[in-house]
Amino acid sequence: MNLTLKVWRQNGPADSGRMVTYQVTDVSPDMSFLEMLDVLNERLILEGDDPVAFDHDCREGICGMCGMVINGVAHGEQRATTTCQLHMRHFEDGATITIEPWRAAPFPVVKDLVVDRSSFDRIIQAGGFISVPAGSAPDAHSVPVKKEDADDAFDAATCIGCGACVAACPNGSASLFTAAKITHLGLLPQGQPERDSRAVAMVEQMDLEGFGGCTNTGECTAVCPKGISLDVITQMNRDYLKAAK
Amino acid sequence: MAVTGAVLVLFLIGHMLGNLKIFLGAESFNSYAEWLRTVGEPAVPGRALLTITEIGLVAAVVLHMWSAVSLARRARRARPVKYAARRRSQAGGYVVHTMRYGGVVILLFVIWHLLDLTFGTVNPKGFHATPYDRVVAGFDPSRWWVTAFYIAALVMVGLHLRHGMWSAFQTLGLANGRRRHLLRGFAAGFAAVLVLGFLSVPIAVMIGVVK
Repeated sequence: MNLTLKVWRQNGPADSGRMVTYQVTDVSPDMSFLEMLDVLNERLILEGDDPVAFDHDCREGICGMCGMVINGVAHGEQRATTTCQLHMRHFEDGATITIEPWRAAPFPVVKDLVVDRSSFDRIIQAGGFISVPAGSAPDAHSVPVKKEDADDAFDAATCIGCGACVAACPNGSASLFTAAKITHLGLLPQGQPERDSRAVAMVEQMDLEGFGGCTNTGECTAVCPKGISLDVITQMNRDYLKAAK
Repeated sequence: MAVTGAVLVLFLIGHMLGNLKIFLGAESFNSYAEWLRTVGEPAVPGRALLTITEIGLVAAVVLHMWSAVSLARRARRARPVKYAARRRSQAGGYVVHTMRYGGVVILLFVIWHLLDLTFGTVNPKGFHATPYDRVVAGFDPSRWWVTAFYIAALVMVGLHLRHGMWSAFQTLGLANGRRRHLLRGFAAGFAAVLVLGFLSVPIAVMIGVVK
């Protein structure tokens, strides 16, 4: 496959950045999207150019590091798939592909396609934890959990914090991420003591970071590589309103 | 957005049902308009309940717009650098992307609508005619462009409700799981019924069923 790439290049946080066009030839349809970028970068390095910087780690779709907006869609058009698990067979030979970083004020660009998602860490620090006496692992089933609650909590816990929800949201809202964390902990018995303060603290931190507000567009859940449902935002709103009363 | 929107939806239901009285004749329609002004008398002074309702509605509209503007401003601040590629909606909902400009269209419509049928400023019959005469004169076939504007604006109201009605439940944390699917269906049906109810009056006047 031969492709034309339009890639966002930005030397550093202070640089204004620009789209740069590259031709990539002899791409195998079995390559992942990141492997295709590796091919481009190997050539750029051989030519003495600066390779395109992008985040990646496990390349198995579970770490949440990779992420780029491909042709205007976070992680590309393949549903429930991270960029590393997106394969080139989903593109046509000769296609032009636009690649941009997540766009949000709380996600400043570090370089090229790499953004700083520390704002997510600060939301977690604000309340995304449970306070328990540490020690040896408790006996299994010592704390009973309803099957439905365990399922819903687990579904919410599959959030990998990649930030695609923010990138896709027309409002730049981090509601799906924050809500997934609030729901994951709030549905389990261990999360009950701090349930109210957690919801308020995490929502306040989310607003403080400069994320936009949720208008229920559903764009977040549509691009989420883990398919986190809007139900978590319902749960967050419910917990927040109950705590704020 | 959710609470003020709910107030306005309740108003729209009453407004639409009241409008349908025009099909019962001039007498029924005019006396209904008169009743709105005298309801509660003599326990409360004349027009008291109507004035209170009007103040409540103005407050709801202002707060609704304030919420929308602050949400839009937050959204703009949250994404200072725009995407180069045109973003296609992945959620498949075009309605939700009409909310902001649709709201502006609805606001312009409400201003015209008040000048037309409440204050009579832009109505051919003016302020002192009966409500029935104002409606019939306002939607006269010679003023087809007024009717066309009403139809366009009412379709926008329908789209606004299509998203707004389930969205309000979602914001208040009441629309989880299966209930959201039911609410979305209900919002679509309800918006359609409401818009058809509203549209029936100008269209009936234009084609001469009500004259």
